[in-house]
Amino acid sequence: MVAQVVFYLLAALTVGSSMMVAFSRNIVYSTFALLGAFMGVVGIYILLAADFVAMVQLLVYVGGILVLTIFAVMLTQGIADVTVSNREVGGLPSLVIVSILGAVMLFAVFHTPWQQAPAQMSSGPTTYAIGNAFLGEYVLPFEVASLVLLAALVGAIVISRHETRE
Amino acid sequence: MGGGITLYHFLTLSIVIFVLGMYTVLTRRNAIGILMGVELILNSTNINYLAFSYYGGHRYDGQIFAIFVIMLAAAEAVIGLAVVLAIYQNFKTIDVSATETLSG
Repeated sequence: MVAQVVFYLLAALTVGSSMMVAFSRNIVYSTFALLGAFMGVVGIYILLAADFVAMVQLLVYVGGILVLTIFAVMLTQGIADVTVSNREVGGLPSLVIVSILGAVMLFAVFHTPWQQAPAQMSSGPTTYAIGNAFLGEYVLPFEVASLVLLAALVGAIVISRHETRE
Repeated sequence: MGGGITLYHFLTLSIVIFVLGMYTVLTRRNAIGILMGVELILNSTNINYLAFSYYGGHRYDGQIFAIFVIMLAAAEAVIGLAVVLAIYQNFKTIDVSATETLSG
């Protein structure tokens, strides 16, 4: 039952942090709660025997996206007026809509006869198989991904720099 | 896994995170808050991919899709935050209900 305890702890961390992201009135608190959500998701990935994806998540989300978000928050919001920096509009209708959406999805999940293979635990690292797949079956999406990242890099620089005309 | 955790546990967790992310996207007026909601939604998607990869015979396709999703999330965050900073330079605010120059 250790796995069950670990799962519920990670789920509580993830859901709690996500709720703080969703409901906090202070954008800075929301940003730091995002750290808890990402770390909980890393644990969930490890529980699902996806060690490489978990490490990629740790590097890209926690190391990259989160730091970038904190930078953006600090650059755009004056530190002095952070009391109600995360205004929320239309809370009640949105709550109704997402409740209906979630109920429909839960209904669909629990009424679908998923074909579950017996999860055999392969104890080895997954990097070998993932590397083979990236350079074999998925080589074209892999190369397109590098193009997308290059375009995002150039685009971000072009969008965010100051225009200087002489 | 042996601990009595089934596919439904992970799918339920994923739905909860998706709903919270959706609520964030719908209600926030801070542009960075909206981007955070999108990140939550993408994370819930990845949990789904990995759960199906694990319980569906342990093939690696789900993990590869998850890596692609993470890659696209990184690109989206970079572009989104660059746009937000550009909006802040022009409007001195990132409240999305204040930036309505195009609305007639």
